[in-house]
Amino acid sequence: MSLSDKELKEIAYLARINIDENSFPALKGQLDQILGLFEKLNSANTDDIEAMSHPLNLSQPTRKDEVTEINQREKMQESAPLVQSGLFLVPKVIEGEN
Amino acid sequence: MELHEFTLKQQLDGLRNSTFSSVELTQNYLKRIKSKDPSINSYITVTEELALKQAEDADDRYSKGKALTLDGIPIAHKDIFCTEDVLTTCGSKMLSNFKAPYSSTVVSKLFDQGVVMLGKTNMDEFAMGSSNETSFFGEVKNPWNLDYVPGGSSGGSAACVSARLASAATATDTGGSIRQPAALCGLTGIKPTYGRVSRYGMIAFASSLDQGGVLARTAEDAAILLANMSGHDPKDSTSLNIEVPDYPKEISNDISGLKIGLPKEFFEQEMPDYVRKSTEEAIEVYKDLGAEIEEISFPNIDLSLPVYYVLAPAECSANLSRYDGVRYGFRCEEPKNLEDLYMRTRSEGFGAEVKRRILIGTYALSAGYYDAYYLKAQKCRRLIANDFTEAFKSVDVILSPTTPGTSFKAGDKKNDPIDMYLQDIFTIPANLAGLPGISFPCGSYNGLPLGLQLVGNSLEEGKLLSAAHHFQEVTNWHKESPEL
Repeated sequence: MSLSDKELKEIAYLARINIDENSFPALKGQLDQILGLFEKLNSANTDDIEAMSHPLNLSQPTRKDEVTEINQREKMQESAPLVQSGLFLVPKVIEGEN
Repeated sequence: MELHEFTLKQQLDGLRNSTFSSVELTQNYLKRIKSKDPSINSYITVTEELALKQAEDADDRYSKGKALTLDGIPIAHKDIFCTEDVLTTCGSKMLSNFKAPYSSTVVSKLFDQGVVMLGKTNMDEFAMGSSNETSFFGEVKNPWNLDYVPGGSSGGSAACVSARLASAATATDTGGSIRQPAALCGLTGIKPTYGRVSRYGMIAFASSLDQGGVLARTAEDAAILLANMSGHDPKDSTSLNIEVPDYPKEISNDISGLKIGLPKEFFEQEMPDYVRKSTEEAIEVYKDLGAEIEEISFPNIDLSLPVYYVLAPAECSANLSRYDGVRYGFRCEEPKNLEDLYMRTRSEGFGAEVKRRILIGTYALSAGYYDAYYLKAQKCRRLIANDFTEAFKSVDVILSPTTPGTSFKAGDKKNDPIDMYLQDIFTIPANLAGLPGISFPCGSYNGLPLGLQLVGNSLEEGKLLSAAHHFQEVTNWHKESPEL
């Protein structure tokens, strides 16, 4: 199992991470090693085995649809990089006049 | 004896008997942190003012006869637990300016019992690492030898307790992040059953594996702290609604007749002679204490590492998608457009190991590979859990070394991810099955401590703590401390 440059670029884009092309060979080497580790899974017979997503066999708890949190917009936005009038600011996404 | 040399239990007795005050105890630690921590780097944030205020309040309650369960005990919190209005970084540049708007349940519960917070401890970035070398806030040193690593990811919590810079510390364990640093720093560390301790406000890495716990000096201290952290939390849908036993009382339970299983596949692994020898000596101690030893088999144990390194990165790639530079945390300078904002914020905000795991996880979850990797790993996870179910039909606890050796030198494994991942070979299976595990000191080699691991059946923390406590009553490894 080894990753092509194209695959690595695609995964990096899916994860929204830029990778400097100079670091491709070293990173690919490390990722290939990790993927190589996965080969062992193929040796296990998992016919009729149910996938285990979680250690607890619990059903999802439900509760009444009640308001439990108070509005703390300002406090929640204190750690935001850029805020104006209670809104999170990002670079312009819709082109238009001004 | 100086105040920091007492165990948490002894400190609690001292506070209750007015032998010393919480302010004296807290000041002792704060002074010690100032003089010793610059060479260890176990704290990211020291909350001096808050600690002294909490200590004064605790003393006030003692004087009025209204003391709380853990009143005035100074501990440290791993910087993965949100603390209201206090910096909560998870060891990452991404959260290097993040002041949490609320406190995690673990922190709130301990505050409610009068615990004093000395500060927030260093850790591997987003809890990904086994050496505490991936933190944005610098490496943590092992107090036993500053050239060596403290283990990870709860390396700061382990180093600070080991160096007597806090009475105990909170920590988290996804694949061994409490037990491995406990072993490498000569401490007692317990990872409870999945769901025992609330994950609300505990920054997520791999949600089906993450579990909060304790790093302490003794099993008794761990029992006291764990009893006050555990319990049902409606804010965490995976929190177990089952009564918490009285762990400090349970540690005295008789262990004669305890059935200890030795998984033969664990002992077939390559390991240095000194690890084998210390483990065998520990088994002899248990025989003298009246335990029965039985060999057991874990036919699927070889699958643990690959299963973990598919599932943990897959869950991490999903959990860490929330860091986008918009609502909180780090944002790159002068983004050209929204796409550039996401891309550069994440590329500049995450370190190398975190990015590696996000990429692996994204790959394992991507179209065409989901069945081959993710689904296959989930099925193999069931096989491993079934091995435990089978084992617990005949034994009470499962014994093994915690790690394949003592600590290693900083830099030794930094560029070899697989070698680093092997650190957790004995600890990962318990996380996959959601079972409780404990590590405590059982020997030393070249001046560095070694740990013994016991894994128990679901919700049998009491049995693990009692087995460790009885071991500590007849051995002295846990009493040794590093010279600083």
